[in-house]
Amino acid sequence: MASLQTASGHPLDGTLAEWVWLLPLLPLLGALVNGALVLWPRLVGAPDASLETREAEVQRRLTGSRLLTTLVGPGVLLLAFGLALGLFATMRGADALTEPFIRSYGSWMPAGSLTIDWALQLDQLSMLMTLVITGVGFLIHVFSTGYMAADAGYARYFAYLNLFVAMMLVLVLGANYAVMFVGWEGVGLASYLLIGFWFSERANAEAGRKAFIVNRIGDFGLLVAMFLLFSTTGTLDFTGAHAGMAIATPAVLTAVALFLFLGCTGKSAQLPLYIWLPDAMAGPTPVSALIHAATMVTAGVYLVARAAPIFAGAPEVSLLIAVIGAVTALFAATIALRQWDIKKVLAYSTVSQLGYMFVGVGTGAYAAGVFHLVTHAFFKALLFLGAGAVIHAMHGAYHHAHDHTSDPQDLRNMGGLSRWMPLTSGAMWVATLAIAGVPPLAGFFSKDEILASTFARAHGSPLAEASLLGVSGSGLLYGVYAIGLVTALLTAIYMTRLMLLAFTGANRTGAPAAEALHEAPSVMTAPILVLALLTLIGGWLNLPAILPLGPAHLLGDWLEPVTGASTRVLAGEAHLDHGTEMALIGVAVAIAAVGIVIAFLRYRSPVRTASESAPELGIGALVHDAYRVDAGLDRLVVRPLGAFSASVLWKGLDQRLDRAFVSGGQALARAAGYAHDRLGEGDVGRFAWVITIGALALLAAFTVR
Amino acid sequence: MLREYLPVLLLLGFAAVNAVVILGLGELVTRTHPTEIKQQPYESGMAPLGDARDRFSVKFYLVAMLFIVFDIETVFMIPWGVHYQQLSCAVPLVDGACPAGQLSFFGLGEMLVFALILLVGYIFVWKKGGLSWD
Amino acid sequence: MTDFAEPGALLGALLPEITLLLGTLILLLVGAWGGESSSPTRRSARFALGIVGVTAVAVVFAWLRGDGFTTDDRLTGDGFRWAIDLVLLLGTAGALAIFDTEQLRTRAYQAEIPVLMLLALSGMMIISASRDLMFTYIGLELMSIAVYVLAGANRSSARSAEASIKYFLLGAFASGFLLYGIALLYGAVGDTRLSALGAATPSAMYLVGVALLLVGFAFKVGAVPFHLWTPDVYDGAPSPITAFMAACVKASAFAMLLRVMAEGIGPAIVHWHPVVWWLAAITMVVGNVVALAQPNVKRMLAYSSIAHSGYLLVAVLAYSQEAAAAVVFYLLAYTLATIGAFAVLGIVSEGRETTVTIDDLSGLWHVRPGLAVALSVCLLAFFGFPIAGGAGFFAKWYVIQAALASHTPLTVLVVVLVLASVVSAGYYLTAISAMFNRPRPSQLPMPVQTPLLSGIVMVVAVVALLVLGVFPTPASRLAAAATLRAAPLATPVAGTMTVSAPTVAATEDAGSTP
Repeated sequence: MASLQTASGHPLDGTLAEWVWLLPLLPLLGALVNGALVLWPRLVGAPDASLETREAEVQRRLTGSRLLTTLVGPGVLLLAFGLALGLFATMRGADALTEPFIRSYGSWMPAGSLTIDWALQLDQLSMLMTLVITGVGFLIHVFSTGYMAADAGYARYFAYLNLFVAMMLVLVLGANYAVMFVGWEGVGLASYLLIGFWFSERANAEAGRKAFIVNRIGDFGLLVAMFLLFSTTGTLDFTGAHAGMAIATPAVLTAVALFLFLGCTGKSAQLPLYIWLPDAMAGPTPVSALIHAATMVTAGVYLVARAAPIFAGAPEVSLLIAVIGAVTALFAATIALRQWDIKKVLAYSTVSQLGYMFVGVGTGAYAAGVFHLVTHAFFKALLFLGAGAVIHAMHGAYHHAHDHTSDPQDLRNMGGLSRWMPLTSGAMWVATLAIAGVPPLAGFFSKDEILASTFARAHGSPLAEASLLGVSGSGLLYGVYAIGLVTALLTAIYMTRLMLLAFTGANRTGAPAAEALHEAPSVMTAPILVLALLTLIGGWLNLPAILPLGPAHLLGDWLEPVTGASTRVLAGEAHLDHGTEMALIGVAVAIAAVGIVIAFLRYRSPVRTASESAPELGIGALVHDAYRVDAGLDRLVVRPLGAFSASVLWKGLDQRLDRAFVSGGQALARAAGYAHDRLGEGDVGRFAWVITIGALALLAAFTVR
Repeated sequence: MLREYLPVLLLLGFAAVNAVVILGLGELVTRTHPTEIKQQPYESGMAPLGDARDRFSVKFYLVAMLFIVFDIETVFMIPWGVHYQQLSCAVPLVDGACPAGQLSFFGLGEMLVFALILLVGYIFVWKKGGLSWD
Repeated sequence: MTDFAEPGALLGALLPEITLLLGTLILLLVGAWGGESSSPTRRSARFALGIVGVTAVAVVFAWLRGDGFTTDDRLTGDGFRWAIDLVLLLGTAGALAIFDTEQLRTRAYQAEIPVLMLLALSGMMIISASRDLMFTYIGLELMSIAVYVLAGANRSSARSAEASIKYFLLGAFASGFLLYGIALLYGAVGDTRLSALGAATPSAMYLVGVALLLVGFAFKVGAVPFHLWTPDVYDGAPSPITAFMAACVKASAFAMLLRVMAEGIGPAIVHWHPVVWWLAAITMVVGNVVALAQPNVKRMLAYSSIAHSGYLLVAVLAYSQEAAAAVVFYLLAYTLATIGAFAVLGIVSEGRETTVTIDDLSGLWHVRPGLAVALSVCLLAFFGFPIAGGAGFFAKWYVIQAALASHTPLTVLVVVLVLASVVSAGYYLTAISAMFNRPRPSQLPMPVQTPLLSGIVMVVAVVALLVLGVFPTPASRLAAAATLRAAPLATPVAGTMTVSAPTVAATEDAGSTP
């Protein structure tokens, strides 16, 4: 517990780390301010004034609040990022940081033997996540001030976005599963609100609802895992629970790990619960960048890394995570090949890359998985923001041309955009090469480390000794490696395809629209360029020892106190000799190159615009419709459930009960009320009689006994 | 025990005798010229006969109420007067007298406060025009 | 002899009351000379607010000094007295502010109305200080007579006059019961001090006295079946006066009831406990069920106030120090919600002779969202809804806690309480739903701009409710400091029920020094 930590003395005691509570509070304050700014224009007084005067006042306040929102929204993120940098410097300066720094801010649930504190925990993993969340978050907030500038819900948007950041920080800073769960649900709420941000369109609202409901399934798993943890160890603190699980029976350990992972599949969009993420693209594009690419969806990866001691104790579950991650990666990558909507391509790409991360954390290479999480946050945020800039431009162009039928997100309607948007195009190319795995960009190193550690652990590690459903771990890991390679090839292909379709070749927007195409304003391009820079140099965070480019394993060493022990449990003696490792790198680079070449050969030919294209047929259509999983689920689960609810539960049970008890009771109560009202009819004499009778009854009650 | 009430009895007798004497003297020494109106019982200038639900000026009520309020509050002064000696002494009286140095102004102060409140009420009534008939 | 021979002691014990009365007298004279002011009534109301503020300072001062006791045990200076005084002062200040708004738009009231409110307030404060039934009775009459007049404050409204005369006739009737009860108790014990009553062995005359006392109290708190006056009077009286009655008169009546029951008639607890049990149960059920059928908001709130009397009776029955604290907290929350709700109603009822119905609230959110939110918070506080209803939730929560922790756990009564609260959702939520979910009918006039004082009342009430709904600790600590301190003479009486009265905390001195 927190008090014990303090007693023994922590290197961070009394340092800037004492201010860690301010991290989630800053964006929360921003959310409150922006929330107030949403209401403020509505609360116009002057009821005597005419409608026009009132409307003018509302408009005046809207303008004022917009300016304030622009300052407050990204401002609190900048402050939080500054604080995070300061904390990071403090942690770098302190030595012997083997234990997390924990501070409790009061008791939340003291119930019997269960005590849960409002406690925050600062360690290397949460520090890293905080830096990513506030840093990338700030860039995306800045981008949003340009992207959402013309939207009527400007303040509401930033209120939600700030709320999201606050909740995400609670998620990664919470010192126990309960506080983490608050953040976990909080980001779910913010995500729901932002997906359905333009709720006046039914599809958007339904996408938000779908995300929320699918996540409930995962949350159910997380909750069960928490209940199991508490009943086994008697605490939900990370430190206490993990120590307690070390002596738990394998069956319990496996169950906890499985349910935890069920939670992860929901939040991080893995098979089979990935279906909400592509629909989540209904929200504004910066939201997709922040929530549905860079931060929230990686919460599952964070959770596995955080609970590494539990997963390390259950190698079968770790294997399962790796396998599911690999299958998801491949599955989503194939779908991405056939999408025309630019955001859908990126959405499936995100699902696929999250699969990679789970391969990393599943094989016990926690640092590698988190490394990919960080680099992915850079380049995928960049891609989404770039896509946002493109959509912004396309939307403006169609608006200018009074074209309300063409889809500004459809790749077939784009083409040759690099002529108007050189900065965006260049930055996105950087990110594309990174995600494809071209050295020396960030994505190359992180993806390579995951694949290399998978290959290494396939032989001679405890993971390889374990088996899942009768298949040996060794065989499974080789399979995962192979799938990883194929996925890397597909990744290179679909990303290059996206870039070629959008930015090269002839322009397909049509002449009236094309003349309004333009580069995004600098408030939008600046964050993109910063992210491009990060994508370029991000790999140096965790260089492999084998390449003489600089200090190696910085990130791995940083995370060592958190995940090091668990990594060694799963990796055992497994390692790669230099020759093999060089060969693996060579294969990976070759695969990326081949993918890019294939894409260039295949997608250089001219494309028809969306309206001219014939619907696809056969396998192509099947893939384009994401294997029709949604339609199948709809037919097998959603509709039968709906029909059952409507016919049996609602009309059969609820309405009858309602008629019998609720309406009946209400009618009875009202009748009694009217009868009582007629009792006195306001006649003082009768009132006095009632009082007298009451007094007599009271006297009788006294004398009877 | 009943001797204590002897003064009351004497007072009663005196009152009765007094009434008889005054009325008798009046009967003996005055000359009467009875008229119809003079023969009627007198009640504050009101016509004593006729419908009891007759309307009459609300001013009567006001005067009556003011009279009752001040009248009843003045009644409070009688028990105060009876106990004045005791109220002016900080300790119980010894043989009907207060021990030296134990005089208290409580009784006096109490009545002053009471009179002050009464005065405030009087001034209020006056300023509000409650005492003027028109 | 008594303290009354020591003017200094008496002055100290009654410092806040004397302050208040002095101010009231001055205000009366100022009102009489009010000709030159353009609006003597509003000036008088503001002056009265100032007096209330000064009195509050005096109360806090006296509490901190641990002042207010008299050695003959007729006046008490325990925390309960001061806490109730503060609640009463808060309620009066709110009612005065609402009155100011009412006068602003109707110009129907005389400058003496605030004076009468202050006189009623001093009566209430005497009640909360008194530990002698005669003092209690004097305070009660001072309060009641002033309130009878207040109910008829609007001289141009026949309904107001009707309310006044009804309240007066029935109040006098109930007062007779009370006085008869006091006389019988005096006959049985030879003393009217609560300490003496609490030390007596109940005789038959004593029991009849207690029964008649209870009739008088039940009338004042509006318990069923002595409640019939409530809707007519609440409805007929002007809104600010109704707020004053609902908040202050009720709080004062409960302070009186609690003190007399805890300190005075404890020996008869076996006899009155089941009677009050039934009173509480019937009051909760009838109040809530009948409120369902009221389209008129003021009548609805009248029945709601009856229901709240039932809840409070449960706390009184719990008969412990915690219950006393629960009552104080409840009265605080209830006062805040009442003045907040009536402040809104005062503005919404603009320009109409008839009182506000639920239909008149339709779509209030669309024209005046602030008013709609404020009224909703207050109604939810009445309902006892957590967070959005603020302190109302904790008020009920503490009552339930005290009732369950009582020496004879009132489990069944708590079940009735909770079920009755569920019924109350039927009318509170109907009103809220009308404000938010219905469109604004075009024929309804636009509510006036919120005047400053009413606005302050609303903001203070709503903010205080919401803050206390999240952090109830400051107020509950204040309430816990509001202990009833036992009379030095009181000793537990053998042969009475196992329930130990809060008065056995005689050794505890905490009450006087919070």
